[in-house]
Amino acid sequence: MNNNPEDETVQTLNERNSSLESTVQNPTDEILLSLQDLHVWFELRRFGFGHAGYVRAVDGVSFQLYQKEAIAIVGESGCGKSSLMKTILGINIPTKGDVIFEGRSLASMDRRGLREYRSLVGYVQQDPYGALPPFMSVQQIMEEPLIIHGVKDRAERLERIHRVFEEVKMTPVEEFLPKFPHMLSGGQQQRVVIARSMILNPRLLVADEPVSMLDASVRVEILKLLRNLQENHDLAVIYITHDLATVRYFSEYIFVMYAGEIIEKAKVEDLVFRPAHPYTHALLAATSDPDPKNVDEFQDVPPGEPPSLVNPPQGCRFHPRCSKMIAGECDVTTPPEFNLGNGHLVNCWLYK
Amino acid sequence: MTEERTLLEVQNLKLYFKTERGDVQAVDNVDFTLPTNKAVVVVGESGCGKSSLAKAILRLLPQNAGEYSGQVFLDGNDIMKLSDEQFRQNVRWVKMSMVPQAAMNSLNPVIRVGEQVAEPIIAHGIGDKESALNQAREMFQHVGVPIDFISRYPFELSGGMRQRVAIAQALVTSPQLVILDEPTSALDVLTQANIMNLLKSIKNEYSTSFVLITHDISTSSELADRVVVMYAGQIVEVCESHQFFSKPFHPYSAKLMASVPRLRSSVEPEFITGQPPSLINPPTGCRYADRCHMRFEKCVEEPPTYQLDGHQVKCWLYEHANEVKLK
Repeated sequence: MNNNPEDETVQTLNERNSSLESTVQNPTDEILLSLQDLHVWFELRRFGFGHAGYVRAVDGVSFQLYQKEAIAIVGESGCGKSSLMKTILGINIPTKGDVIFEGRSLASMDRRGLREYRSLVGYVQQDPYGALPPFMSVQQIMEEPLIIHGVKDRAERLERIHRVFEEVKMTPVEEFLPKFPHMLSGGQQQRVVIARSMILNPRLLVADEPVSMLDASVRVEILKLLRNLQENHDLAVIYITHDLATVRYFSEYIFVMYAGEIIEKAKVEDLVFRPAHPYTHALLAATSDPDPKNVDEFQDVPPGEPPSLVNPPQGCRFHPRCSKMIAGECDVTTPPEFNLGNGHLVNCWLYK
Repeated sequence: MTEERTLLEVQNLKLYFKTERGDVQAVDNVDFTLPTNKAVVVVGESGCGKSSLAKAILRLLPQNAGEYSGQVFLDGNDIMKLSDEQFRQNVRWVKMSMVPQAAMNSLNPVIRVGEQVAEPIIAHGIGDKESALNQAREMFQHVGVPIDFISRYPFELSGGMRQRVAIAQALVTSPQLVILDEPTSALDVLTQANIMNLLKSIKNEYSTSFVLITHDISTSSELADRVVVMYAGQIVEVCESHQFFSKPFHPYSAKLMASVPRLRSSVEPEFITGQPPSLINPPTGCRYADRCHMRFEKCVEEPPTYQLDGHQVKCWLYEHANEVKLK
């Protein structure tokens, strides 16, 4: 908000130009969210004081998210995807770099600005049971964000709850409102979480593994629900997951994260059928489709485990596990982003 | 399929839990067999009794267990007839062991992992501490945990490593049968693939048999020879894995297969509407009837189990398909 409005337009235009070179997008699309060289480091302390290094949870992540666009961020646990998400939600404060939402930097927002920002960004938590306070009824849970954001009229609050509950197919609404979270099934709990994230009419929805705690039969239902919401409300969605199989039904773009960095960005079809980065190859190979032939074959898994984020390997962070490592290159210099066309970007020296 | 030796045969197994509102029929008249050196996968939604089935086979009953009956034949002996002490001494962890759900969090946080792996050997009097630790070391090698991890505590290990330790703990007494309850559900994709590879190689090297309990059908295809589909405490279909993955018979199995999101095909996954019935007062007819898209008048009665083309299927649709009735 402290920014000069002219600066902002210049900035947005620059962003759009730079992204036009890399991704094929409709130029009339508006950028909703833009991350610029985002770093989130957590300081380690020895004995409670004394600096002992940093955990580099997010290390130089940049991307643009357009209005109405759904992207997925895929990575293993500990790759920094949750830290990234929390930074987007304004919970973590970036060490370096910036989160820009509709042209405004998050760092420059004051408390009121942040509160408004949070009403524009919905958050779907991973574990619905953990995300819903057990001592509050569904109605109280749903009213809380409305009260915080100044909807003083009780009748209006109820009407909004009814509208959003009908949308997430929690009907008859009256039957659910007095219930407590433990009285609902896992799928219904997740619907309440989704309804709560939608009640303030957000522009962006951040969904952190929204279906990983649910049963297989319910998963698809919730994913379809999220997709319908996205289409009906022109929402932008960031879908964070480790399950590549569910991504296909949901988003247009996939970003693959490894050890705090995004290493590949591509359209879903490109990523699934023409993966470029060796790590993406490994992820895809490890994702099985139900096929009785799987029994006879061993899956191809790269050796080792993801590196420590305190002292990440020099050069490409995947090089110690990579079978295609080019000595003298991959272990020395961090690969830049190479453009493979059609919006397919990869950080790997194999593609220079 | 013909010349296999049967390792485990479960007949009419029942396990009910007592609650204030009545008995929960968690495992209700379950029948299936498992040949030696094969893996059977038990799939179903949460709350369908999969984990209770594992507990019933291993006789790890909670305090509120009610009716517990039926036959479990292990290598031809009915282990349900054994007293608790006999069962503990001769069966549990000697002939069959278990990797519990969320095994990586089931390790004791204040005991070194090596000692935890050695514990079953000492507890069953198979060896003294020295030899038990040696065996634990050997086991660590087999499951792919570096040997110097033996004196570490669980918190010093990653999730995948802890899962391997839990598997080592189940294998250290060389049981014939290992029951795995959701062994990979809390793990990352690559770790999951690693653990499945490990289970495959254990199956090949030691001729161990597995009962794998999971709701993840995609991953289960990595190990399954035979598939058991459970719904609301009952088995609705048993068949070989290639039959299940290509064309399951029971409408519920078909829907379950159709609900699996696939990476390499663009088929829209479907979902099953409705919810499984309460296990306290399950419907008298077919328990799936309420949600079934193929339901007809007959479904108000409980369907028998039909044997058809190698499938064992509990559904009225197969009544007139020149079947041999099981029971």
